[in-house]
Amino acid sequence: MISIRNVSKSYGSFRVLADCSTEVARSEVVVVCGPSGSGKSTLIKCVNGLEPFQRGEIVVNGISVGDPKTDLPGLRSHVGMVFQNFELFPHMTITENLTIAQVEVLGRSREEATERGMGLLDRVGLKAHAGKHPGQLSGGQQQRVAIARALAMDPICMLFDEPTSALDPEMINEVLDVMVELAQEGMTMMVVTHEMGFARKVAHRVIFMDHGRIVEDAKKEDFFGTPRSERAQQFLSKILHH
Amino acid sequence: MSYNWNWGIFVSTTPTGDTTYLGWMLSGLQTTIALSLSAWIIALAIGSIMGVLRTVPSRWLSGIAAVYVEAFRNIPLLVQLFIWYFVLPELLPAALGNSFKQMNPTAQQFLSSMVCLGFFTGARVCEQVRAGINSLPPGQKNAGLALGFTLPQTYRHVLVPMAFRLIVPPLTSEFLNIFKNSAVCSTIGLLELAAQGRQLVDYTAQPYESFIAVTVMYVGINVIVMTLMRKVERRSRVPGYIGGK
Ligand SMILES: Nc1ncnc2c1ncn2[C@@H]1O[C@H](COP(=O)(O)OP(=O)(O)OP(=O)(O)O)[C@@H](O)[C@H]1O
Ligand SMILES: [Mg+2]
Repeated sequence: MISIRNVSKSYGSFRVLADCSTEVARSEVVVVCGPSGSGKSTLIKCVNGLEPFQRGEIVVNGISVGDPKTDLPGLRSHVGMVFQNFELFPHMTITENLTIAQVEVLGRSREEATERGMGLLDRVGLKAHAGKHPGQLSGGQQQRVAIARALAMDPICMLFDEPTSALDPEMINEVLDVMVELAQEGMTMMVVTHEMGFARKVAHRVIFMDHGRIVEDAKKEDFFGTPRSERAQQFLSKILHH
Repeated sequence: MSYNWNWGIFVSTTPTGDTTYLGWMLSGLQTTIALSLSAWIIALAIGSIMGVLRTVPSRWLSGIAAVYVEAFRNIPLLVQLFIWYFVLPELLPAALGNSFKQMNPTAQQFLSSMVCLGFFTGARVCEQVRAGINSLPPGQKNAGLALGFTLPQTYRHVLVPMAFRLIVPPLTSEFLNIFKNSAVCSTIGLLELAAQGRQLVDYTAQPYESFIAVTVMYVGINVIVMTLMRKVERRSRVPGYIGGK
C-alpha cells in the first residue's frame, strides 16, 4: 500500500531524512516513534506529498508521490491525515468541516456528504455537536472530529502525526479508542506516536527513527521484546518509565 | 475680535442661484461618499488578490505583489494623484487617452481620484491580508491540502475566509482612512466635501460655520462606518476561537 524506498531529504546541508526505506502493507498498522527532531513528521508528510524530498521514491497504492506528473490533490483526497493540532477549520461548523472536501473535491452532493459526515460524527460519539464550531469543543472532541473528517473521504490509508500529544491526559483515551477501532477494522495506518500502549495493542510493526534514519523496523513483538539498537532501548526505557 | 455667527447662510441661495449653500455641502458629501465607496471596492479587490499573492510559494508572483506594495505605499498620495490625473492620460494609447480627455472634467477628476485612492489603499489592504494569512497556524494549509484541495481551493475555502475574519479591525481603520484621504482629491479640482467647505468660506466669509459643518459631516461618516464595521465584526466572529498561532 505504502512503499518508501531510499528516501532522503535535506534542508540545505541539514539532513532530515537519510536513506529511509519501509513498507506498509494493506491493513497493516505501523507505529513510528523516535526522539524529537528525528524526522518522524517529515517522513509522514512525504507520504502524501506535503513535504517534497530530493532522493528516493514513495509509492502509494501504485502511484509515485514524487513524480511531477502525479495528481497530488487526487492522491491526497484518498489518503487521510490527522495532525497534532487537529487543524479543523475554525470558521466552519463541525458539519461544514466534515462535508466541504467531500463536496468540493469528491463532487458529492451536499445531502450525500452530510449523510456520510453525520454517520461518522455519530460513530465518534459527537452527533450532538454538529452545529458547533471547533473552538467550542474540547481538544479530544476536536481530534475525533478531525478523524471523522478524514474518514469521510473514504481513505485507502490513514496517516497520523502525534494525534494525542497536544491533548490533556484525560482526553487521550477517547481519541486512542477511535484509532484502535479503526485499526481493528483493517484500516491501513501509519501512526507517529509515543503511546506505546496503543502500539502494543494494535500495531503490527514499530519503526524507530533517530537523526533522520530508520534505526529499527521490527515486528511489534520483537521491538518490545528485544530492540536491537541501543538508542531504541534507551528511548523505550525512557518513555515506558515516564 | 468679534465674529458674526450666522448659521442662516446654509439656507441662503448660492450665487449660481440653483441651490443653497447647504446644497453645496450635501453635494460635496455625496461626492466624498461615492468616491470613497467605489475606491474601497477597488482597494478590497486589489488588496485581496495581491495579499494572497504575497503569501504563495511562487517567487515570481509574490515578487510582483511586493513591488506593487512598495511602490504604492512609499510614493506620497498627492504625487500618485498627480500621476494618475496629469501624467497617465498622456501615456495611454492615443484612443484611450483621448476618450478620457473628452469626458467632462468632473468625470475625469472623479475617475482619476477613484483609481488613485483604490490603488493606494489596496496596497495597505494587501499588507493586512498578508498579515492575516501569515498569522494562521501553518498546519491549516497542510490540512486543506491533505484533504485533496488544490492550493487555490485551500486559499478560497480555508485561508482567506479565516484571514479576513481576523483582520476586520485593521480593515476598519483603512476604510476610515479612505474617507479622510479623499480630501486630497480637492487638489485636482474635484468638488468633494473639503473642497465645498473651502468654497463656502470664499463665498460667504463665514469660515467657522463652514468648517464646523464639514467637520460634523466627516465625524458623521466616521460614526456610521464604525457602527457598520462593528456589525461586520460581530457577524464574522468565530465562535470559541482564541488567537492565531
Ligand atoms: N523548514 C525547515 N527548515 C529547516 N529545518 C527543518 C524544517 N522543518 C523541520 N526541520 C528540521 O528537521 C528535523 C526533523 O523535523 P521533524 O518535524 O520531522 O521531527 P519530528 O521527529 O517530527 O520531531 P517532533 O517529535 O518534535 O515532532 C528537525 O531537526 C527540524 O528542526
Ligand atoms: Mg513531529
